[in-house]
Amino acid sequence: MRTLINIELYKIFRRPRTYIAFAAITALIVLIQFGLKVDGQTYVDFMLNDIGSTLEIDGNVLNGYLICYIMLQLLLVHVPLLIALIAADMISGEANMGTLRVLLSKPYSRTSFMLAKFIASTIYTLLLLVWLAFLALFVSMWIFGTDDMFLMKSNYVVLLKENDVFWRYIGAFLFAALAMTTVAALGFFLSVFAENSIGPIVATMSVIIFLTILSTMNIPVFNIVKPYLFTTHMISWKEFFDIQVTESNEAILGSIQNKERILNSAIVLFIHIILFVSGAIMVFRKKDILS
Amino acid sequence: MQSIIQVKGLTKSFKNLTAVKDLSFTVNEGDVYGFLGQNGAGKSTTIRMLLTLIEPTAGSIELFGMPLNTHRTEILRQVGAVIEKPDVYKYLSAIENLRIFARLSGLKPTDQQLMQQLEMVGLAGRAKDTVKTFSQGMKQRLGIAVALIHDPQLIILDEPTNGLDPQGIADIRNLIRHLSRDLNKTVLVSSHLLNEIEQIATRVLIIDKGSKLVEGAAADLFDPSQTLVELETLNNEAALLQLQESKWAANLQPRRTGALLIKLHRNQIPGLHKDLVEMQIPLLSLQPRHSLEDYFLQVTSGQHAHTH
Repeated sequence: MRTLINIELYKIFRRPRTYIAFAAITALIVLIQFGLKVDGQTYVDFMLNDIGSTLEIDGNVLNGYLICYIMLQLLLVHVPLLIALIAADMISGEANMGTLRVLLSKPYSRTSFMLAKFIASTIYTLLLLVWLAFLALFVSMWIFGTDDMFLMKSNYVVLLKENDVFWRYIGAFLFAALAMTTVAALGFFLSVFAENSIGPIVATMSVIIFLTILSTMNIPVFNIVKPYLFTTHMISWKEFFDIQVTESNEAILGSIQNKERILNSAIVLFIHIILFVSGAIMVFRKKDILS
Repeated sequence: MQSIIQVKGLTKSFKNLTAVKDLSFTVNEGDVYGFLGQNGAGKSTTIRMLLTLIEPTAGSIELFGMPLNTHRTEILRQVGAVIEKPDVYKYLSAIENLRIFARLSGLKPTDQQLMQQLEMVGLAGRAKDTVKTFSQGMKQRLGIAVALIHDPQLIILDEPTNGLDPQGIADIRNLIRHLSRDLNKTVLVSSHLLNEIEQIATRVLIIDKGSKLVEGAAADLFDPSQTLVELETLNNEAALLQLQESKWAANLQPRRTGALLIKLHRNQIPGLHKDLVEMQIPLLSLQPRHSLEDYFLQVTSGQHAHTH
């Protein structure tokens, strides 16, 4: 199995396509950092426009922590599209190149091949997130410095002490890894049904866009299905940045407002991963290789 | 002699199409087994079933005396194959491709061993070039190197001379002979180039519409007393008149194109050539037609269906 995983990783990282996602994330983050460095104060003024008259805020509001949060909000919606480029190509790409039949005539079981391919695409996904974390968090901390983190929620504000933020990012990135692995699993599942890469990549993107719209629309009829959609749970990383308060409205350091929601979302995402991967293996084991 | 492949009652149906029907055949150790059939006859489907790429609808396959469905991994360790096109990773170099497939076969070859393998197929000079820069013939040769990297006992080659120039075809023919005669490998080779099969096969199977038409020793199928020779002269009509007056009149065959056809024993060809010179027939070419091709056309058109 280790040999198979190594080979799959070697193939992934020798393909020029792999680096599109890394380049795209780098370009987007550098662009946002540049924009905020040049004209960040305008952005902060706009953000605090509604509460500026009732609340006096000083210090470095536009610090690395806040910038990372802003970027995660923007990018974690789009990263799935980049993950689909690789994950949805794992089987269909081999079929398209004609290498699938060569691979499957080697002395390994189809289940081993599938697990190796999924693990390799998960490692790619995790590396993409590590790169995202490095640029969005560490580089932003270096450029913009650190301070307490001030977040505007829909009807309240959250103030996180500087020493109470970093671990939340670790949790948020770990949760994002689970969410993105779910996307990889979906792409991987759809990849089994096609013999060219474009179909499953577009299908993965379409499913995510469609389900994200369903998850975010506030129409009662859709509320029944929302808890079962993985897209509803992909944004639960934000829960790491909601803090509990005492009765006198003082923040409790190291607390999370809604741990149950994080746990529930993680379970739903994990179940989706299991379903997608086992579904892909079941279909693939019975599939006639005609490519 | 040990049977390497034993297929019994093999059938594969796809929705409304039965691609392979109740096919049975045996390939023995050391055979160069020619697998013939027109496009769509079921050759590739059969080969894919031998490699577990397609699941049979019915029938059994045994390789090396073991059922394929229960000993897949053990069996595939001893099999090397080029299936239709020799597809490899185009964004990798020849040596990288070879290394990957060697690792998949459980080997950890050194660069020197990989280079030796590439040398064997004439690609050592392009070892570090990406495959996307290769011609079809070079890809074909790399595919064969991939198939042979783990020194398999059974080699399955589906159309191995596709895209090769005449020298490349001759090289593959010599390689197959070398594998069989010197290394005692068993080779199953399918090809549409019937003369290629005729020159290398020890046994032949001809299938049509998924069913067996003929199976037997190549020597029995390719009867040298039925060799057809095609003659092209400067003036075929004049040459025909001269031949009708000669001792070859009884050997003349109905013409399918402009060329003249003479049926004779292969050993009579030098004598025919001598007589043509003596008759001062201005000869442009004297080409023995591939007897298997005629045979193949006969059996696939239902004129000669039998089993040897």
